[in-house]
This record gives sequence, structure tokens and C-alpha cells, in this order.
Amino acid sequence: MPLLLATATLPDTITFAIAAVICVVGALGVVLSTHPVHSALMLVMTLFGVAVLFVEENAQFLAVVQVIVYAGAIVVLFLFVIMLLGIDRTEAIAADPLKGQRAVALLLGLLVLAEVILLARGHWPAGAHSTAGTLNQGTTPNVNILGTSVFTTFLLPFELTSALLVIAVVGAVVLARRPRRLGEGAPELVIVDPEDDDPVAAGAGGPDEAAGPEAGGEDEGAVGYREGSRS
Amino acid sequence: MTVGAAWYLTLAAVIFSIGAVGLLVRRNVLVMFMCVELMLNAANLTFVTFARELDDVGGQVAVFFVLVVAAAEVVVGLGVIVAIFRRRVGATADDIHVLKG
Repeated sequence: MPLLLATATLPDTITFAIAAVICVVGALGVVLSTHPVHSALMLVMTLFGVAVLFVEENAQFLAVVQVIVYAGAIVVLFLFVIMLLGIDRTEAIAADPLKGQRAVALLLGLLVLAEVILLARGHWPAGAHSTAGTLNQGTTPNVNILGTSVFTTFLLPFELTSALLVIAVVGAVVLARRPRRLGEGAPELVIVDPEDDDPVAAGAGGPDEAAGPEAGGEDEGAVGYREGSRS
Repeated sequence: MTVGAAWYLTLAAVIFSIGAVGLLVRRNVLVMFMCVELMLNAANLTFVTFARELDDVGGQVAVFFVLVVAAAEVVVGLGVIVAIFRRRVGATADDIHVLKG
């Protein structure tokens, strides 16, 4: 491996080392935490470490987007789902339901690691430049270069991502909607369904609801859904 | 001058492998999803590293699009997870082995 640490300045080396440690510790924390919330927070740690490395590699815009979109939106979405579903219980991580799964998984992981590190050792084909343009254009900031490329060379993919986002939003709304019952009039159902849910849950799961707010929340969703699929 | 590209690529390989092993080992669907995010981030780091190494803005544009697709993927994936766990209250992927209609 070409050890280019010698050519790097000391601050750069220290920054890289700290960010690398943060990334790896966060990644290990995601995998090894028994609690999903802890995993999500460890994921934030890794994302911040990667953002630091982005800045270090002169990709300032991507670093900011990484923090805003990943740490700000995606992880918050994860936390929302964890708390909405009430599945924030610790997982029995010590037990291995499928014998040998962990050993095989570790073996495969080490294999992937070895392969990728082998590929990372250099001598990658450079070839000709893509049509996107060069990254270092004198004093032009990174945001300008990236924006110019996105809005000229990659204009069609950029427009397609907007369609993708719209499709994703529609898909999420369709998935998150409660399924309407079959065989009844649709207009009545739309009005009745949301208000009808609470009495059903309260009637069926009365004793469970007294147990606690979390247990009641789970029961409400489960009972409401079962009621819908049965009829 | 910053640290050589090989170090960044090695770090990305380590993060990717941790994510892959986590995806195979963990049974909580949400944690598996987070491991996918880890792998995506490792790939992003590789893209940015090569963008710097080859002096080509295409790598950073690729990361930009990966971010958009990852956001869409998380939205739809979490929607699926919510729809599944509304039906059955369990947190492991083993409980969802029945795909019969």
C-alpha cells in the first residue's frame, strides 16, 4: 500500500485519524448495540465522521448535505419509526437462532474486506476524464463546480430524481394509510374509519390499555389492523 | 496535502464490511436498514475519494444522486416496515418469513 502519510501535513493526518476512529467506532456501535435507538445514535456518529472526511477531501457541499439530509432527516425518520412502532426493546443479541450464521457472516465480511482492500492498493485504471469536468478549477468554490455540473451535464438525471422523490412520497403515503375494509361503501368508510378505531381498540384491548401507554399504543395498531383484514 | 487515497479507500472498505456483516447478523429490521445506510456511506466515501484522486467532479455528482436515492429508499423502506409491524408486533426479520397471500 502506498503509504502517503509521509506527504500529508500533520493537521490533515490527525484529522483523518480522528474521523476514521469516529467512523469505525460508530459503525461497530450500530452493529453491536442491543437497543435500536443506540444504533441510530451511533449511525449519526458515523455520518458525522464521514462528513468530516468529505470536508477533508474538498467536498464541502456534500459534507453539509450529508449532515442535513442524513443526520438531520434520515436518522430522525428512523427514530420516529422506532418510537411510533414501540419496538424500542432491547434485542437478545447473544442468542444465535440460526446455527453458524454469525461465523459465515464474519467470514464473508472478512472476505469482502480483504478483496476491497486489495483493490484499494492502487494501480486503479484512470483512463480519460469523464465529461463532468475537473474538480480543481483554480479558485472556483466546490459548490459552483458541482452545481454547474449537475445543472448542465447531469440535468436529465437531476430532473429524474425529482420524479423519484415524488414517487417515493406517494408510495410512503399509500403504504402508511390504513387499508379500507372491503364490501362497504367507500365514502362512509373514509369518514367513519379514523373515529371508529379508538372504540374498537378500547373495547377489545381494555385491560391491556390499563397496563401502560406503550402497551396500549401497540395494541391499538394491532387490533385495528386485524379488525380490518378479517372483514 | 491530505492523506493518501489508499487510506480513505481502506477506511471505506472497513465501514462497508462492518455494514455488510451487520446486515447479515442482526435480526431487527430497523438495524438492518441502518447497516444498509452504513454501506451506502462507505460507497459515498469511495466516490469522493476517487473524485479527488482523479480530479473529476463526476464522483461528487454521483454522491449527490446517491444521497437523493437513499432518502427515497429510506422513506419507502420505513413505510413498508410500518405497514408490516402494524400487522404483527414483532421486531425481528424472522417473524416475516411468511409471504403467503
